[in-house]
Formats: sequence, C-alpha cells, structure tokens
Amino acid sequence: MKRGPKEVEEGARKLSRRAMLLGTAQLGMIGILGARMASMQVDQADTFRMLAEENRINIGLIPPARGLIYDSEGVVLADNEQHYTITMTREGAGDVDEVLARLTRIIAIDPERIEKARGELKARSPFVPVTVAERISWEDIARVGVNAPALPGVEVELGRSRIYPQGLDMAHVVGYVGPVSDFDLSRIEDQDPLLQIPRFQIGKTMVENNLERELRGSAGSKRVEVNAAGRVMRELDRVEGIAGSDIQLTVDARLQNYIQARLDGESAAAVVIDVTNGDIKGIGSAPTFDPNVFVQGISVALWDELNEREVESRLHRRPLAAKTVQGTYPPGSTFKMVTALAALEDGAIEAEDTVRCVGHADVFDTRFHCWRRSGHGNMNLNESLKQSCDVYYYDIAQRVGIDKIAAMGRKLGLGERHDLPMSAIRTGIMPDKEWKRETRDEDWRVGDTVNASIGQGYVATSPLQLAVMTARIATGRAVKPRLVRSIDGVEQPSGAGESLGLNENNLRRVRRAMYDVSNHSRGTAYRTRIQEEQFRMAGKTGTSQVRRITQAERDTGVTRNADLPWNRRDHALCVSFAPADNPKYAVAIVVEHGGGGSTAAAPIARDVMLQALYEGTPPLSAYPSASRGQIAEQQRRLADLIRDIKPGRGTQDT
Amino acid sequence: MSYLEYQVKYVPVGFRKLLFLNWPIVFLITAVSGFGFLMLYSVAGGSMGPWVTPQVQRFGLGVAVMIAMAMVPIWFWRNMAVVAYLVALLLLVAVEFVGVERNGSQRWLDLRFMDFQPSEMMKIALIMVLAAYYDWLPLNKVSKPLWILVPLIFIAAPAYLVLSQPDLGTTILLVSGGGAIMFLAGVHWAYFATVIAGVIGLVTAVFQSRGTGWQVLKDYQYRRIDTFIDPTQDPLGAGYHITQAKIALGSGGWTGRGFMQGTQSRLNFLPEKHTDFIFTTLAEEFGFVGAFGLLILYTLIIAFCVMSAITNKDRFASLVTMGVAVTFFLFFAVNMAMVMGLAPVVGVPLPLVSYGGSAMLVLMVAFGLVQSAHVHKPR
Repeated sequence: MKRGPKEVEEGARKLSRRAMLLGTAQLGMIGILGARMASMQVDQADTFRMLAEENRINIGLIPPARGLIYDSEGVVLADNEQHYTITMTREGAGDVDEVLARLTRIIAIDPERIEKARGELKARSPFVPVTVAERISWEDIARVGVNAPALPGVEVELGRSRIYPQGLDMAHVVGYVGPVSDFDLSRIEDQDPLLQIPRFQIGKTMVENNLERELRGSAGSKRVEVNAAGRVMRELDRVEGIAGSDIQLTVDARLQNYIQARLDGESAAAVVIDVTNGDIKGIGSAPTFDPNVFVQGISVALWDELNEREVESRLHRRPLAAKTVQGTYPPGSTFKMVTALAALEDGAIEAEDTVRCVGHADVFDTRFHCWRRSGHGNMNLNESLKQSCDVYYYDIAQRVGIDKIAAMGRKLGLGERHDLPMSAIRTGIMPDKEWKRETRDEDWRVGDTVNASIGQGYVATSPLQLAVMTARIATGRAVKPRLVRSIDGVEQPSGAGESLGLNENNLRRVRRAMYDVSNHSRGTAYRTRIQEEQFRMAGKTGTSQVRRITQAERDTGVTRNADLPWNRRDHALCVSFAPADNPKYAVAIVVEHGGGGSTAAAPIARDVMLQALYEGTPPLSAYPSASRGQIAEQQRRLADLIRDIKPGRGTQDT
Repeated sequence: MSYLEYQVKYVPVGFRKLLFLNWPIVFLITAVSGFGFLMLYSVAGGSMGPWVTPQVQRFGLGVAVMIAMAMVPIWFWRNMAVVAYLVALLLLVAVEFVGVERNGSQRWLDLRFMDFQPSEMMKIALIMVLAAYYDWLPLNKVSKPLWILVPLIFIAAPAYLVLSQPDLGTTILLVSGGGAIMFLAGVHWAYFATVIAGVIGLVTAVFQSRGTGWQVLKDYQYRRIDTFIDPTQDPLGAGYHITQAKIALGSGGWTGRGFMQGTQSRLNFLPEKHTDFIFTTLAEEFGFVGAFGLLILYTLIIAFCVMSAITNKDRFASLVTMGVAVTFFLFFAVNMAMVMGLAPVVGVPLPLVSYGGSAMLVLMVAFGLVQSAHVHKPR
C-alpha cells in the first residue's frame, strides 16, 4: 500500500511515543523486581539464611559407652560387647531380591527376618540402611566380606550392646538393661535426649537401674548436612559424648559364683557381709536367670517360664525375685539375740537368771509351745540360745516388753530399708504397739509379744537385714551394708559404722552363746561347725513356721516337714559370723520351705563362710571329720557349677 | 511499504553489514549466556556435563543463526511473516494430534533428530505477522473495530491451541506480546482501557460471587486458584518449591554464598534448578550483587532494543524489534517474579540462562530479526 512521507513520519512518531511509554512501564516493573530482590537479599537475608541452615543441618546423637561394672577384684560383671550387624541399602543393592537371595545362600538368616527386611527396603528411601541380620558371628562376617563384590549395598556395621559375662550369677545384683519403653518414658523425669533414640538401652533393674545416671554418661552430638531427601551428605562437626562411669561393686564374683552354685536347686537367699566395713561380698538368690536374654529381647515362652505362668502357685519359686532384699520372712529363732539383748540392756534379766521350760508356757488363756515338747528344764541365756529354747524368750519378752525389743531390733537393722542400689528393697516389719495401732487399728496383746520374742507373729525380715543384724552383734557397731565400692574410681563411704552403744558385757555373752550354738555339743549347729581353730564360727539357726499348728495336730503329733506340701514347710534360717574371736564375715541364709534351720540352712552358712574365709575352696580339714566324706562328695558335685574366675583388670581404687 | 520508498542515503552491503550490527546487544547476550553457563556448571555440581556443553554448542549455533539472519534484508522477513505464521499454526494443530506428551502436557513434535516445540516458533511468528499486518494497514484504519478483529484472531487462534496443551506460561507470553504490538501500532487507548477494566471486573465478579448463591465457579476451583495465587497455602505441595526458592534467594544476602557454595541448590532443595528455577541458584551463590547485575544486563538489552526501534523509520522493523523486546522482557520478568514469590508459578524459563535448546534458538532467531532490522535501518 502506497503511503505518503507525511503519513510515514506520523506513524513513526506515534510508534516511538508508545515504545517510550512501554519501555518506561517495563523499567517500572524492573524496578519492582529490583526492590523485591533488595528486600529479600539485603533486608531479610538473615532470616532466610537461618531457614537455609535449618534446612540442611540435622543434629544426630552419639550414644555414649555405658559404664562397666566390676566386682571387688576387678572382674567384669557388665560389659559392652561389640557386635556386628548386616545392613543393606536399596540403591546400593540395585536388585534387592537377587542380593538377598545371594546373602541367604552365604549365611544362615531367619527367613522371617529376611521378609521383614525386604518390606522395609521397599518402604524406606533408597539410601536408608535397613538391618538385615543382627549379632552375626565372626565366621559369617568373614564370608560376607569375601563375597562383598557379589553383594552390592550390603554393609557390616558395628553395634554395641550390654553383655553379662557372669551370666546367672549376677542377675540378682547387677540386674539388666533393655530397650527404653513407653512405660519407662512415662516414669522417668529426666529429659535426656538419648532416651528418644529407638531401642536405646537403659537399666531396668538392680544396679543397672539404680545407678543409671552414673552408668549412662552423656550424649555426644554430630551435625550433619542433609539434602532435600534427607540423605546425609557429610558430617560438619562432632562432639563426642562422655562415657558413663565405671562402677566397682564390693561383691566378689568368685564367692558369688560359689553361693549361686551352692544354692542351686533350692529356693533360697544368702548374704555375706564384711563386718569390718559393711561390704557385701556375696548376695545370692536362687533360682536365678540369665540377664543376657533380657538385653537381646526375651521370647514370650521364656518370659512366661520365668514368671512361672505354667507353674502351680503353691510351687512358685520366683526366679525373677532377688530374695535377699525382696523376700521377707519370719526370722524365727535367729531373732532371739534381739530379745535377749533387749532384756539384758534393759536390766530386766541377768545372764544367769533361769527360766524353767516345761515344753510350753501359758499366757492368760493361750498356751505357747516350745519346739521341744518335753521341755528344756532350767534355762539361762547361754543354754536357751544354744539349744534354742522358746519358753525362756516367752518369759523374758514379757518382762522387757515389745517396744524395747522392737527398739533393739531397729538398732540392729531390722525393719529398716537398707539403701542399696537394688530394686524393690523391702523394709520388713519390726512390730511394736504403735505399729499395730496404725496398721491394724488394734491394741497390742501380750500374745503378740510372745510370738515376736521368737521371731514369729508379725516380725518379717529380709536376709539382708539378718546379715546386717549379725554383723552388728559381731562388732557392736552400726555396720551399714555397702554394695558399691567406687564410682569412676571414687571410693564410696565405708559402712563400718559408729558404736551402737550397747554394753560390751551383754554383747560378749550373746556372742559366746552364739559361739556355743556352733561349737558346743548341745548346740543346734554343732554338726555344721568349723573345725579349723582360727576360723571358729558363731551363729544361730532358725526354723520359722509358715502355718498355724492346731491343738488337734499337737495332740496327734506335729506333722513332719517332709510330709507336708512344699509351700507349707517351715523356712530354714541361719545367721553366723566368723572367726568368732575376731569377726570378719557375717552370713545370713534363708532357705524357703527348707525345713529345719540346723539341717537345711546351717550347712550352707558354714560352706559359704568357709569359702569366704579361704577365698576359695577350703581344705577338708576345716570340716568336722564326721562330715568330710559327704563334703568331698559335695565339692565334686559343685565343681561343674563353679567357674574359674580370674581377678580382672578393672580395679579402680586409688 | 517497500524498502526503496525510503530516502536511503547509504546501504551497507556484503560483509560490511557486520560493522552495522547492534554490537552492544551481541555483547549483552553473550554476557547473559555466560552467566547461564556458570550457573549450569554450578548446579551440575561443578561439571560441564550434562548441561553446559550442549548449552554452549546451542549458543554457538544460535549466534551463527542470529548473524546469518542479520545479513538477510528485513523486508525478506516481512514477506515471510504470513508463511511463518501459517506454518507455526499448522504445527500447533499437528501437536494436538501427534504431539509427544511429557509431564502431562502435549507440547512437542518428535522430529526424529530432535524434539520441536511449535509454540516456541509461534512466539516469533505471531510478532512477525502482527508487525507485517500493521505495516500493511493504513494508519487511519488501525483503530477501526473491524481491523482490530483481525489481529485478535491472529492472537486468539495460537493462544487457544497453546492453552489446551496446556501451557499457561506461553499463552500469557503470546497474548501479552500480541497486545503489546497492537498497542505500539497505535490502537486507541479506549480499547485497552476497556479490556483491562473488563478483566478486572470479571475477576472481581468471580471472587465477589464466592460464597454467595450465584457463585461462578465450584468451591474446589476457588481453592485451586487460591493455591495458584498464594502457594504458601499448600506448604507441602506447590508451596514447598516456592518456599525453598525464596529461602535460596534470600539466603544469598549481599554477596552470596560463593560460587558452587549454595546449599539450597547443591542439596536439591530447589526444584528444576537448571531450568525454571536457575535464577534462585544464581541469587543464592552470587547474592544481590549477582542477581541485580543480571537484571541490569537484561534491562540494557531491552534499552538497546527500544532505542533501535525508536530510531528505525521502517514500521515493520520497528514493530518487530519492540515485539521481541517485550517478549524478552516478559520472559525474565515473569520468571523472576515467579521465583521471588511475586507471581504464581507458571512454567517460564529465564531467557538465555535456563537450560533448553528450543528456547535458546528461538531467542537467537528473535534477536536475528532485531539485528536484521538494525542493519537494514533506512539511513
């Protein structure tokens, strides 16, 4: 189309005008863009920088090594075992099924575990390592290593878990650890982030639980850079955690091993205390269990077995209970020293005062029997303790009164919760008038005093309390039991204790009577005496009833223990200390439903005492000649159960 | 209007034409593309592959194409305008039927040796055909309603086809670019005012009707529009990307985190970091200095185009130059506004910087037209 120059000029002018306009508009918008850039990159840069850092940095926890637990000789009781785990990543493996198939051809893995891993591999991100097998043996590790080229994506990782090398022996002292549970979290108040780690192991019972804070240590941390998918790109920095404190116990693993072996087959408890400083050298309970099974996760069947789900209740022997502190029993005749000391200290009796035993005593309209129906005749303190006459104590208890007896019991450590790092420690019962009013809302009766005088009725004591009582009688000092010798090399306070303030003459008379129990031919523990002159033992046996004997039964003759069902039989008890003239150890034994104290408990007390005194198997010459044959046979039998435990490296004392 | 109708005093011929190229634009294009190579190198984790090498090759090819086109007189391109438009339209229709589908949209034609995107070609063809139309149309008819209908059809036909692919970004570019040429050609103010008022009225009506008895759209459609306009309402879906992009951009600060030190892009927090979101990486690693520097380079390209257009008395040449400038502006403005959270996320690449063969070549062809217009300016 033909166009005049004027028209051309006009069109070009108009176009230029509009082009300028449009250019200006564009410039305005560019200005807005520039302003936005400045606002984001200059004014808000810090905010966005922080968000970027939050994006890329993840903080991971490094669990610290748990403190080890040693015995008094440095033998490891609780160790951290390194174990191997096989993991696999999907991206590394490529063909997951093929690699898994190859892996199962090389080493044996539970097919169920494989299926679980297969599912997890499919569900998780391709770079997340999935555990295929745990606790792999060295041999299998070697096989996987050799075949590594055929197993892409498969890695062997090092893990750490608790192991108890002493197995069954220390279950009732050291306890065990297990993965932290929701229940634990609801109960524990501290906010340690370590507890949020899945399957983090914490102490569940006993020392492991009570000294958790010391053993756990504190978490380290590492900052890692992650990408958008959560893959760890690199570690930025790491702060190592602080390992938990090592703990040395007072317990001697060798003695403990012997105790568990000696108690094997019984439902019993034994406590050995060093009377000079309160150190608990042995504290065994039978039956026992293997704490290692709890660390790795216990099977339902085993759990049911340990809880005796299948066992009739009257045959319950409670393998999970530490009877040394969790079991309380009527102390029976082992309580008589308390009654005697109370009466002597009160001045209610003199040691030579006699009481005539005719086999029973009548208190108001109730008749209380002595264990010997025919009676003991005239009894003074020494004879009554030696022969364990009951009537003598019925009499003197009424003279001194229950409140003073209870006060003496408490002074000697009964009815008191001895604070050891163990679980569910029982206080027991040391009854008095006020106790009965408070708990039963009834008045105390004289008959209650009579029952209590021989450690029956309301009196309930734990084997630990009996051992403490014996140690206090042996030394006259307020011996405090001590289970932890040192934490992280720091010696814990000694339990030697202050003087009890008892009249030394009275104590000497009681100790003399206890000596006669074991060394006088009429003593109840004479047959289980220690022959070795320098280690002569003093003690007291006890047989405590768990049932009421009716008058009708007494008339026809009391049923013998052997003829009773197990759970109706008497508890057998024995307390002792040795050497008698310079006491070193106090021992308390309780055999649940064991029958007589002198037959069931006293031999154990003697064997354990000798083991402690000789720090190993005693020579036969330490035993009375009459029992040497039987002892030799017993030593042979126990040899299988006794392990050769060498003193370890872990002595921490400075 | 023929070239010979001008009072031409001097016409460069042969290789002398090279001297008359708009060299500032050539340098600016090279600088921006260089920025792009750097960023592609960075997002590839410090490697020439997979993006830098092909991008450099295409750039080289693009420069050759641009210079070759600059050698051809501008009236030839004017005569080619209708042909180019018809071919592009035909190809767009073909895509409807035999196109290759990717990421849920059907935009590509499989040419065996390469994939070809007809909508890219249409960006230039539309500019050309509209410029040619207004070059041909007598000035007194420009604002007549009947003569306005023609360019509207020119714009609407490809816009509809591209929108149905669907490709909202390109549609916006086509409509805005077309509208800009109509504006430049001198269409009366009132039309634009009417259209803008109409659009504002419509949008207001749509949103005002929400929640009333006569609401225009369904509830889910409103919610979709909500997240389109403000992606932060959907922080795990569409919002995630824009949030991460803003973090990357903002965390760059004044001078950036250093070349190849941007954590957001290196750790894959950014989506499409070699294409549509490449600006965030640049802003993260070179900071405000780098980002604003790129903006200035772009602005200078636009400025030189506008100057060239204003000084060119050839109506077609002037309109094409301005059309290219507007389209180029829309490219980077929409892309930057998008990654800075000022505009909804529509798939528009950052011109000359984002990785992509078609986009690079089309831009070079466009600048070839600008150069041809500049070289053959009536003097």
